[in-house]
Amino acid sequence: MIVLAALAVLLPFTGAAAGLLGSRFPRRRTPARTARRRAAWFAVVPVAGAAVAAAWLAGWQATGGGEAAAWPVRIETGSVPISVGLQAGGLAALVGVLVTVVALAVQVYSVGYMRDDPRYPSYSSFISLFTSAMLLVVYAGDLIVLYVGWEIMGLCSYLLIGHWWEDRANSRAAVKAFLVTRLGDVGFLFGIFTLGLSAGSFRIDDILAADLPKGTLVAATMLLLAGVAGKSAQVPLHTWLPDAMAGPTPISALIHAATMVAAGIFVVARLYPAFLAAQPTLDVLGVIAAVGMLGAALAALAQDDLKRVLAYSTISQLALMAGALAAGSEHAAIFHLVTHGAFKALLFLCAGVVIHHVESNLMSHMGGLRSTLPVTFWTMTIGFAALAGLPPASGFFSKDAVIAAIERAHGPAQPFLYGCALVTVGVTGAYAARAWLRTFFGSPRTVVLPHAGDHGGGHRRVPRSMLWPVVLLAVPALGLGFAGVRDLDAGSAATSVVIALLGAGVVYALWRGAPELDPARMLGPFRTPCERAFYLDAVYDRLVARPVLRLARGVVRADDRVVDGAVRGSGRAAVGLSGLLRRAQNGNAQLYVTGVLAGVLLIAVAVVVLG
Amino acid sequence: MHVVYPLVVSALLFSIGVYGVLARRNAILVLMSVELMLNAVNLNLVVFDVWLRDRLHGGQVLTLFVIVIAAAEVGLGLAIVLSVFRNRRTIDVDRLRDLSERDLMSPTTAGPPGSGPSGPPTPPDAGPAAPGPRPAPSGSGSAGALDPSEAG
Amino acid sequence: MTSQVPDLWPPSAQEVVFLLLGVVALGSALLVVTTRQLVHAALWLVVCFGALAGGYLVLTAEFVAWVQVLIYVGAIVVLLLFGIMLTRAPIGRSAGLDSGNRVTAATVAVGTAAVLVTVVVQGFATAYTPLEPGGGAAATLGASIFRSWVLPFEALSVLLLAALIGAIVLSRTDIRPANPAADAGGPAAPTTPPHPPDPAPPPADGSGATAGETGSGRVSRDGG
Repeated sequence: MIVLAALAVLLPFTGAAAGLLGSRFPRRRTPARTARRRAAWFAVVPVAGAAVAAAWLAGWQATGGGEAAAWPVRIETGSVPISVGLQAGGLAALVGVLVTVVALAVQVYSVGYMRDDPRYPSYSSFISLFTSAMLLVVYAGDLIVLYVGWEIMGLCSYLLIGHWWEDRANSRAAVKAFLVTRLGDVGFLFGIFTLGLSAGSFRIDDILAADLPKGTLVAATMLLLAGVAGKSAQVPLHTWLPDAMAGPTPISALIHAATMVAAGIFVVARLYPAFLAAQPTLDVLGVIAAVGMLGAALAALAQDDLKRVLAYSTISQLALMAGALAAGSEHAAIFHLVTHGAFKALLFLCAGVVIHHVESNLMSHMGGLRSTLPVTFWTMTIGFAALAGLPPASGFFSKDAVIAAIERAHGPAQPFLYGCALVTVGVTGAYAARAWLRTFFGSPRTVVLPHAGDHGGGHRRVPRSMLWPVVLLAVPALGLGFAGVRDLDAGSAATSVVIALLGAGVVYALWRGAPELDPARMLGPFRTPCERAFYLDAVYDRLVARPVLRLARGVVRADDRVVDGAVRGSGRAAVGLSGLLRRAQNGNAQLYVTGVLAGVLLIAVAVVVLG
Repeated sequence: MHVVYPLVVSALLFSIGVYGVLARRNAILVLMSVELMLNAVNLNLVVFDVWLRDRLHGGQVLTLFVIVIAAAEVGLGLAIVLSVFRNRRTIDVDRLRDLSERDLMSPTTAGPPGSGPSGPPTPPDAGPAAPGPRPAPSGSGSAGALDPSEAG
Repeated sequence: MTSQVPDLWPPSAQEVVFLLLGVVALGSALLVVTTRQLVHAALWLVVCFGALAGGYLVLTAEFVAWVQVLIYVGAIVVLLLFGIMLTRAPIGRSAGLDSGNRVTAATVAVGTAAVLVTVVVQGFATAYTPLEPGGGAAATLGASIFRSWVLPFEALSVLLLAALIGAIVLSRTDIRPANPAADAGGPAAPTTPPHPPDPAPPPADGSGATAGETGSGRVSRDGG
């Protein structure tokens, strides 16, 4: 059965290789249309195959197949060996299905969304590579193998965010995402080393089975937490995610909603026994989660860019999962991870449709789209309902599980975490309602952009290949929650629904009062800080970016002045000295003879005296 | 006769000649100073010949030879000086600076005929006896230009 | 030889004579290199060579002394005077006979003198030879030259011939190719383009007697 996991990992990888190498082969004689069509096949078919494999594996798991593992290669490193192998437990199978399904939806969606993009082949290949890497993380049985996939994801994320690198802001966002996640990955790598060296093996089973001292565990999990915070966009390393919305919208759906950010949560869940044994780490995680979920929700409430709203909501929802992990319930976290993956991908793809239609990211340019985009309206309504945690959408069940887990938790951070979670539920309802209302209701505010003339009327037709994935994703977004219906905690469910409705109601009331105005005005003077995400970017800029830049400039200057200066200075000194010598070469033969005789004299004296 | 006396005189005479060669500006005076140095050598030769009682009289014979060579040298030297004078209107040795770099010195006149090439910008003339390969098209163009003069 | 070496001081009569002649030679040599008059330098050179010829006489090298007088005083100095005349040097006092590096030159010269004198004195302080007349007579030297040194003598004659031809070629002006810029027309000729050295025609066309009078005539006579 592990062959299925290997197949799921390798199929997208070969798809990526084929897409990169084969799309335009032979290079000169392949027209762009052919290359695009070929790349689309290379993109969709392997990912579909991977999805089938992952689903098969998950089905086999669900019907009592147990755990599958294989360790074909063992690399001796001199100290702790690396066992290259895959291992598919229940958790991995579940997340694998999520990843492949979302990736498949994104690939299909991209065929339409990126129709006019000249670099579509490389784009789709990177998505395939990304999917492969994520699946490697999911199915990895060894921490080093996991880390390989983890880093490839970071690379693909960089490449895909910067897909439209012609715009300076996009490439900056890509670099920012790369650097921030890399910062966390340093900690992650050292966490892996700490665990692996102290357990004597990098195999996850061995590590979890090993009886490690508590100090080691705390240190290792704290280090791992840095990587998790970087990848899953948790405070304080979350700032890359909103900027990463510069990439194409399907990328936002794939990377920054459903899969890559899920990797952090997934890794914590995978190594959860180790985290459970290190209570301080869980407390820190709880505090991070509490701050992150509320702050990100408030920031989402104030954004005008639809994709940034979704980005901050992603941070908030991921923080909710982290809160569930901190509260000790990995099941709630993974449940919410899966449902969130579904409905957030749905939301992003719907947002992509809306943005494709309006040709603007800003909600102040949208409105009244209910009638022009009926399919999108209904699917996105499902997505927002799930996001807000309203029944019967999937988010209701999973969020209820999270809230219930947090409610039942113990620990010093629990009251704070619980309070933040409840407030976040309300704010989530509020911003979901706001985005929903401002996008689909009211009067159309679309400004006909000048360059939209050739599409006729300023609105572009939405291709069919973009609508199918949206409709397909709406199904799990709506119905996935019923898998957890048995564990429904009626009390906390009622509480959270009431709070969410309260938040939504306040927004609705404000919006009814003045449909033209942004309901975010209820934040009052607090709005600007929220919109700017509490100035964290500015603080980082002031505290990190600028000093680093200044240091870099200093280094450049030192390199220029000191190192190069030494080199150039030696050259200039040689030139200057030779200029002095050159002065002696003035063509006066008498002077030359004088020099010769003086030299002869000196030599004679030296021979006599020294000899 | 103590050998030291003539030897010291010879050494001093030689030094005076050195001073003259180095310090005099007029080329003819430089030639005179060279004669002084040659005479110092002659004196040395004679003294050692006398002191060593050479049966072949090598010292004195060599002195005669040196005198003859000195005469030839003066003849040639004066011919060169005259030729320089004809071309330059001067025989001050410190104004004959074609060996120097162009940008340092004031652009003096052309190279004297027979004393080597000077002007970098001028291509060596395509004389009938111009040898085949001209090594350096820029810069001195020394080898190609020197050959015809050495043929004379 | 060391047993009968007399003291260095006081000098014997011969040595006194030689030293006086040496002082004259050195003094006139000093004047040669320091005088401000070109013609005077040549004349002081005559004095210097004469004193040296006297010194040769004291050292019993009579033939060398006479040759010295004949060639140096009679030929070379006259040649130099001709040179002075032909280069239109100023007769009388002229300031610009010394070049700029006089101090350096003096330093080097003094250094040379110091080194040489030191070495000579250290090496030959005790060397002594009694002077016996006859060692430098014309007969002795002639026998030596034409017996032992005949090959160098012949080589020297070839050298003289070459010098003669060279002097002719260098000083003649009428055997150059027709090149108006070649002859020194301008006063200082500063703007004359640097013309390459003229490929001289085959030398020694035999008619150089008149134009090459300065070098060739004398040398040929001396060589004989």
